[in-house]
Amino acid sequence: MKTENMQKEPYVCDSIITLVNRWDHFLVRFGWRRNHHRVRPGLYKLGNPTQESLVFASANYTLSFDALRSSLKGIDCYILVLDTKGINVWCAAGKGTFGTDELVHRIEMTELSKVVNHRSIILPQLGAPGVCAHEVRKRSGFKVEYGPVRAPDLPKYLETRTATAEMRRVRFNLRDRLELIPVEIKAFLFIMIVVIFTGLFTREIWKSLQIFGILITGLALFPILLPWIPTRDFITKGLLLGGVAVMMIYSLPSYLIGGIVGWVLVFETLINMLIMTPVVAFLALNFTGSTTFTSRTGVRREIFMYIPILAVMFISGIVLSVIMSLTNMEVII
Amino acid sequence: MSTKISKKTAKKEPVNTLEYKPELCINCGMCSTVCPHGVFKPGKDTAKIVRFEACMECGACQLNCSMNAIKVESGVGCANAMILAALKLRKTASCGESC
Repeated sequence: MKTENMQKEPYVCDSIITLVNRWDHFLVRFGWRRNHHRVRPGLYKLGNPTQESLVFASANYTLSFDALRSSLKGIDCYILVLDTKGINVWCAAGKGTFGTDELVHRIEMTELSKVVNHRSIILPQLGAPGVCAHEVRKRSGFKVEYGPVRAPDLPKYLETRTATAEMRRVRFNLRDRLELIPVEIKAFLFIMIVVIFTGLFTREIWKSLQIFGILITGLALFPILLPWIPTRDFITKGLLLGGVAVMMIYSLPSYLIGGIVGWVLVFETLINMLIMTPVVAFLALNFTGSTTFTSRTGVRREIFMYIPILAVMFISGIVLSVIMSLTNMEVII
Repeated sequence: MSTKISKKTAKKEPVNTLEYKPELCINCGMCSTVCPHGVFKPGKDTAKIVRFEACMECGACQLNCSMNAIKVESGVGCANAMILAALKLRKTASCGESC
């Protein structure tokens, strides 16, 4: 399979998060060189562990490894870093790289059974979608113990070796959602730059700023407001938020600055709603992959139910706006 | 508790494929341990589903149930991955290299 050498001596690590680490965390939050935030896989010593010391497992992604080691301040232990190709524990578990095979393989490569005399290894709970605990025991002799979801809960967990219901639950609070925004924006950065430059070159800066605002609504405002937008489905949430955004970005300035009123304003609003709310809804749907709670069945149902509707809205909006500009509706009404 | 769930889920079609056979359960508690959304809870004799609608189909419970009492079609709940797969830009609806 792999032509790797056995690891003879554990590598050494500590619990300190240096400025260099912080800079690395900052860069990874912006998706900078996404695949280059890796830790060398293998067994690490933290402090001065003995044969009795605890063993923790982690992924070879800097954010995962740093979260673990910084949470184990003052605890002499071993950390077994699996080769997850620079991906975090949960996502790697989902695709199986943080998995039974790699765990058993890594236990063998590091000769863990010679390093410690117990047969127990503490895994992050979110590694469970990739790891079959009873199979690991059968194949390696090591008993998998699932620790809490979040590394900072470890000191409390270790007092009793049991996790509270709260420790077992994955969260998606405001801070978690804010951390995701830079990467969301980065994915559409090219489109946003094109929009701005097109505006500059065609001297339609106001229009390009409006489109920019719609994109920001979907990419940044949606993640922030997610739990507070009514309805369950992401697309209906996106349509609602998009509707409000169209009113604020298009209709309100048209009325206040442009002095547009009556049927023209209604028509203009309708067209902008048809074109722009599906854009926000689509960006909202795209956010499903970043959340901690959407199921495959649920997302698939949303795609089949709503994507045709979004397409019809968008296309009919474009057609209407073309007709409106060709016939000069403002004169007719 | 169970009536509450059935009322909630009866209105809408189920959003997940979670199936559980309590007759196979030995109440080891593993499903309650690995579930990140508190779907399972250890009961008196067998595990109980207490938050069915919260299941996100991660598959941790199925993989870690030594009695094969749980079945769920696990996969990524990510629209981007599914759309890319549907457009045949990716072979399966899985995460790319970077996420």
